[in-house]
Amino acid sequence: MEALLETKTLAAAKINHGLTAEKKIHFLRQMLRIRRFEQTALKQYQTSGQIGGFLHLYSGQESVAVGTLSLCGENDHVIAGYRMHGHALTAGMSMNECMAELFGRATGCSKGKGGSMHFFAPDKNFWGGHGIVGGQTPLGLGLAFGLKYKGLKGCCLCFLGDGAVNQGAYHESLNLAALWDLPVIYIIENNQYSMGTSLERSSAFSKCLAARAEAYDIVWDHVSGEDLYEVRAKTWTAIQRAHTESRPTVLEIATYRYFGHSVSDANAKKYRRPEEIEKYRTLHDPIQLWQKRLLEEEVLTEAQATELDAAAAAEAEEAVRFAKESPIPNPADIFSDVYSEVDRQTAAGQTGKFFFND
Amino acid sequence: MPVITYRKALNDALAEELTRDENVVILGEEVAQYNGAYKVTEGLWKRFGDKRVWDTPISEAAFVGLGVGASMMGLRPVVELMFWSFAFVAYDQVVNNAGCIRYMSGGLVNLPMVIRGPANGGTNVGATHSHTPESILAHNPGIKVVCPATAYDAKGLMKTAIRDDDPVFVMENTLLYGETWEVPEEEYLIPLGVADVKREGADVSLIAHGRATITSLKAAELLAQEHNIHAEVVDLRSIRPLDEDAILRSVRKTHRAVLVDENKPFCAVSAQIATIIQQKAFDDLDAPVLRVCSLDAPAIYSPRLEKLQLPTPERVVEKVLSLV
Repeated sequence: MEALLETKTLAAAKINHGLTAEKKIHFLRQMLRIRRFEQTALKQYQTSGQIGGFLHLYSGQESVAVGTLSLCGENDHVIAGYRMHGHALTAGMSMNECMAELFGRATGCSKGKGGSMHFFAPDKNFWGGHGIVGGQTPLGLGLAFGLKYKGLKGCCLCFLGDGAVNQGAYHESLNLAALWDLPVIYIIENNQYSMGTSLERSSAFSKCLAARAEAYDIVWDHVSGEDLYEVRAKTWTAIQRAHTESRPTVLEIATYRYFGHSVSDANAKKYRRPEEIEKYRTLHDPIQLWQKRLLEEEVLTEAQATELDAAAAAEAEEAVRFAKESPIPNPADIFSDVYSEVDRQTAAGQTGKFFFND
Repeated sequence: MPVITYRKALNDALAEELTRDENVVILGEEVAQYNGAYKVTEGLWKRFGDKRVWDTPISEAAFVGLGVGASMMGLRPVVELMFWSFAFVAYDQVVNNAGCIRYMSGGLVNLPMVIRGPANGGTNVGATHSHTPESILAHNPGIKVVCPATAYDAKGLMKTAIRDDDPVFVMENTLLYGETWEVPEEEYLIPLGVADVKREGADVSLIAHGRATITSLKAAELLAQEHNIHAEVVDLRSIRPLDEDAILRSVRKTHRAVLVDENKPFCAVSAQIATIIQQKAFDDLDAPVLRVCSLDAPAIYSPRLEKLQLPTPERVVEKVLSLV
C-alpha cells in the first residue's frame, strides 16, 4: 500500500481553500484558549493547592485537536486519552466547567468525579477523557460501530499517544476496524515521549508508527502537526474515506509537548535537554506559526492577535474565579452517578442493595 | 408447563430481546456461524442475520471495549465471553470502562450493556479456565452481577439484564446448561436484586448463588432424609444488587447460617454475606456463621480431585451437623 507522503504545503487543498478569514482566526482563538487554560491551570496547581492528582498538559500540541476537530460534522464523534484538555475545549466545552472539574467542584463537567483525565460532553459528541494508555481505542471502535449500525454517515476520531501504539488493545482494535470496515480514524499524536521514555527507546521502527497499519490493510498517513492546513487536509481525506467507504485510517501527527508527562515528572531535568524544548517552543510552536501565517495572509493584525490572547487569558482567569467560588460536592454525592437505575429511581434501582458499608 | 434446558432458556431470552429491541446486538467468539461454543446462541445468527449477531476474533479487549463504546452510542450489546475467565484479558475494558465511565462522567454517559458467559470450575479444564470472578467483579460499584441457578432464573434475569440501563454481568454455568427446569411460555422478567427462597426450612439457612444453590438443595434433601434437619435454601440470584432483606429474614427465622459458595474462601461473595449477617443479625444467631467454599488452591485438573475441590452436598451436610 502506498502512503500519501506528501510534504508540500496543503493550504491549497479544497478543504482549506474555502476557509473564511473568520474561520482562520477562530482556529487561532481556539489554540490560544487551550494554551492559556493550561498555563493558568498549571499555575493554580502549583500555587493554590486546590487541584489534585495528575495534570497532563497539551501545550505544544494544540494544532492537532484544533485542526482535526475543525472538520467534525453532526455525526462525527471524538474520543481521546488522558491528555485531552485541548480536545475538550475544541469540542465546545467551557473553560468554566473544565477548570471547576480540575478544582473538584460540583460545577465541574463531571461534578468533580472525573478530574483532569475525564472530561465528557456527549451532547457535543465528545466521549472523554480516558486514563489507561490505549484503553480508549476499543471504545472508539464501538462508537464507530454504533454509527454504522444506525446508518449514520459519520466517523469516530480516536486520539492516542505514541506510547499507546505498543498496547495490545490498540492492535486488536486495528484488526477489528479493518475486518469490520468501521469508520474510525486513529490519530496518533506523536509527541516523541511516552512518559519519560523517548520514542527510540520505546518503539520498534520508531521513524514511522503509523506504518504498522499496513499489516492490517489500513491506509495511513504521516502529518506535520506544525501546519494546520496540512492537519486539516490529511484528516479530511481520512474523514471522507470513513464517510464514503466506511474504512478506517491511521494518522500519525508529528507534534511535541512542552511540559512533562504530568506535572510531577522530571521533564527537562532527566530525559530531555532544555535546549530541545526551547527549540520547539521557538521554532516549531503551532500557535506562533499559525499566527505568522495569518499575518502574512493579511487576515489578521498584530493588534487583533494580542487581543485574542488577552481574551483567552482573561477567560482562563475567570474560570479560576468561577471554580474557586463553586461549591465542593456534598459527601452524599459520592453515591450518585454510580448506577443509572439508582439515580433515576426506576423500579430496577429500587430492589436489592447497591452500596455496602464497612 | 414446558420443561427446557438452562441453555434453551438463555437462548429464548436472547431471541425475545433481539426481536423486541432493534438496538440489541450479540457479539462474541463463535456466537454466530458456529452457533455458540456452548450453543447458548444457537440459531440466532440464522434467524437475525449478520447485522445483529457478530462473530468476533479472539480479541477480548477489542470486542468487550467495542461493546462498551457501542452502548455509549445507545445500542444494547450483549457480549459473550466464552469463559468469564477470559475477562481478565479485557479487565481494563470490563472494570475501568464498563464499570467506571458513568461515574467519571458525572452521570453523563450511560452504558446499557450485558456481558455474559459461564463462570465455573468443575469441568476439568485447568486453573485458567475455571475462575469464578463474581466476587472480584461485584467488588466494583458501577457493575451489576447476576448468577442464575435455574433455567427459569436464567431467562428472567437475562431479559431484565438486557433491558437494564447499567452494565450487567451475567455469570452462567457450563454444568447447568444441559439441566432442565419448568419455564412458562408467557413472558416474564425477574428483577435484579431479589433473592428466591428455593426451599423452606426452620433449622438452618443455606445461602448460595449459581450452581452452589443446586448443591445446597441436594444437601437440604440429605439433611431432611437422614438427619431430620430442615434447611432453608436462599438463592441470592443477584450478587449486586444484593437482597440483604431476604438473607436477614431467613437467618432471623432459622438462627443459623451456612454459606455455600463456589468461590475460594478469601474475599469470596460469602465473606461479604457473613459480614452482613454479623453486622445486622448478630443477636439472632445461635451459632457462628460458617461457609462451604471451593478449596483454596487454583482449580485442579484431576477430575476426581476437582469434584472434591468444589462444594459438595456432603461437605454442606457435614458443616450443618457441626452447628446443631
